[in-house]
Amino acid sequence: MISFTPSEEQQLIIDTVRRYAADRMRPAAYEADEKRTIPPDIISRGWDLGLLPSAIPEQYGGFGETHQALTGVLAAEELGYGDLAMALYLMTPNLFAIPILHYGTEEQKQKWLPRLVEGGFAHYTAALIEPRWSFDPHALHTVAEREGNVYEITGHKALVPLAADAHAFLVYAREGEKTQAFIIERGTEGLAVLERESFMGIRALPTYELRLDDVYVPASCRVGGEQGIDIDRLMDYSRVALAALAVGVARSAFEYARDYAKQREAFGKPIAQNQAIAFMLAEMAIEVDAARLMTYEAAWHLDKGHNATQQAALAKAYADEMALMVTDRAVQILGGHGYIREHPVERWLRNGRGFSTFLGLAMV
Amino acid sequence: MIDFEIPTPIKRQVQFITMLGEQVMRPVARYYDEHETERPWDYINLIWPTIRDRGGRSFSVEDGKEKTDKEGKPRPRIGYLMLAHVVEALSWGDAGLYLCTPGGALGGAAVDATGTPEQKERFLKRFGEGEPKWAAMAMTEPHAGSDTAAIRTTARLSEDGKEWILNGEKIFVTGGLMAAKESRGFVVVWATVDPSAGRAGMKPFVVEAGTPGMTVTKLEHKHGIRVSDTAAIVFNDCRIPYDNILGSPEVARGDAEHKGFKGAMKTFDATRPLVAASALGIARAALEFTVAYLKDRGVKVRYGVAPHLQTAVERDLIHMEMQHRAGWLLVLKAVTKMDAGEENALEASMAKVKAGQVATYVSQKAVELLGPEGYSCKLLVEKWMRDARINDIYEGTGQINRLIVARRLLGYTSRELR
Repeated sequence: MISFTPSEEQQLIIDTVRRYAADRMRPAAYEADEKRTIPPDIISRGWDLGLLPSAIPEQYGGFGETHQALTGVLAAEELGYGDLAMALYLMTPNLFAIPILHYGTEEQKQKWLPRLVEGGFAHYTAALIEPRWSFDPHALHTVAEREGNVYEITGHKALVPLAADAHAFLVYAREGEKTQAFIIERGTEGLAVLERESFMGIRALPTYELRLDDVYVPASCRVGGEQGIDIDRLMDYSRVALAALAVGVARSAFEYARDYAKQREAFGKPIAQNQAIAFMLAEMAIEVDAARLMTYEAAWHLDKGHNATQQAALAKAYADEMALMVTDRAVQILGGHGYIREHPVERWLRNGRGFSTFLGLAMV
Repeated sequence: MIDFEIPTPIKRQVQFITMLGEQVMRPVARYYDEHETERPWDYINLIWPTIRDRGGRSFSVEDGKEKTDKEGKPRPRIGYLMLAHVVEALSWGDAGLYLCTPGGALGGAAVDATGTPEQKERFLKRFGEGEPKWAAMAMTEPHAGSDTAAIRTTARLSEDGKEWILNGEKIFVTGGLMAAKESRGFVVVWATVDPSAGRAGMKPFVVEAGTPGMTVTKLEHKHGIRVSDTAAIVFNDCRIPYDNILGSPEVARGDAEHKGFKGAMKTFDATRPLVAASALGIARAALEFTVAYLKDRGVKVRYGVAPHLQTAVERDLIHMEMQHRAGWLLVLKAVTKMDAGEENALEASMAKVKAGQVATYVSQKAVELLGPEGYSCKLLVEKWMRDARINDIYEGTGQINRLIVARRLLGYTSRELR
């Protein structure tokens, strides 16, 4: 039966994460962006919300039941509402955990999942994106070749979050015609974390390029063993996560612009009382809500076990465009003030522009 | 719990209507587009028994009694959800013919939203028996469209207080001919009992078909939805019984509980998502046709390819599809709120804004993507584009609905944001 109302349990998660976003993330976001670093207590408090452990079953050290993309997107929207760089930071361990949870061999799950959920923030990450304009997760330039019981992996990755501190990486590479994932531990010979990258947005998130020069790993490091992974489906988990984050970013921009337009006066009345401004706000709200519903629907299909690539891709494409439109208009509504960094809207525009590039950078 | 499962009865109904669309509506769609003065009796006679047997209350979809399932647990109401799917599927068949569907239509919706139980029974019963009948709603006047509070049609009490006397001119009455003249239907006429009172004076009145003093004076020739008649109706000392004023009798005295202008707005909360559904039915027809046509000619859509790596046509098709889906989900949200008995004015206008825009965009783009074939009357695509265009205009233009959305979001009255 069609419904758009979260369950009580989900609503509790939304409320908890929303409070954290408003009280912790939002006040620290400006400085984090300027200084390109996130205060550790924000991360540890965010980690204490227990979002990842609640997605991991008890037998692997978590306290969750089944992994629900829908619950994940509800939380992701709130994190995105707080701050995108912090959200991506907090969600980085998911990039390692979720592929193993879904496709890992029993041995891989036993070995890695408990490490991700015991104790404090888990420094585990994944390397998918490559530094070229034609990046395509189905046609990676990073290549894995099997020789007996060993894989030789060579390639160049970009946008690898938290790489400098990661204990282990999930590296995506092309094996024959298929994309597979390999668990590579820190310090493996041939694996080099390059300098920290710098982007237009998400500046507080430390990301790195990664080089793999003849990295040798045992065949047992391939996620899923002989079965391997389903890259399409993993990308679907990424698409809905990014769409939800985009909704969160856009919602914050909409609310800020709405409140600003109500208090800013010109020609003797609040600018929101002009149709030119009011209509922009109406359209922003409509687009935010539409993108949210598309995201819910795609996540619901994933949780039902349906093939959801079409829905997830549509939701992401929609949210990408929506986030840019909404954040851009927020800048416009604030006028000159929108261009000044003391107001958050220009940061949201810089962050919002990135979504069409971010495939693989978040997962729920 | 968030859920996207469509209830089985709705799925079945949509299947049935899709068959009807393919076998009955599509084959005659072009003919009636080119013969706009003819009535589509073949379609009307075919669908009437179905409507009549459901009680004909196409808008008054639930009787207000609590429904329970086999175990006695309350069953969620799905009336408007069902209706949105029905309207969408009929419009996928043909929007013009959908608008000719006998039943209460907007007139019925107005009775449903503003009438007393006695009035609902008296006025809506006819749609469950006998010959096909229509009802229509008359709001717009030559000088007042979106600014509904500016209407000038008057209703004054006769000297004995037993009748209302209507005077004025209404235009753009969808189905007005069928409701006022060609069947034993009725027209809901919005008139003012006190021209100096503005909105507060506006009341809805039911005028039975054939009432002396009510004349259909003109039938419009339109860009699209041609088979549906759009009438101008003049009221010249048109006398109707006192209790044909919708709502409690006190409405005439302007009680706080009046259902005047608020009633009109409440009607729109119910009808706007349905107009949006109709818009998206046309858009889906255009989209599905375009995708299938291009697929047959070797153009395929790859989902999940980054936008800058897609072909131009692929990008257009994905864009059309996602816009369409976004509109449809907003419609579903608006009708589920309606079914739950929750305030849905914001969601109704949001859905209407989006769907009006999407239907226009998708159908216009479909013509472009098919080149000369799209522009040709050999196919229905050009017709769908013309049919779609009305949806961003009637039942509140996109602009009026943006205004409503904005007022709600900003907490402004109509005076603060005009």
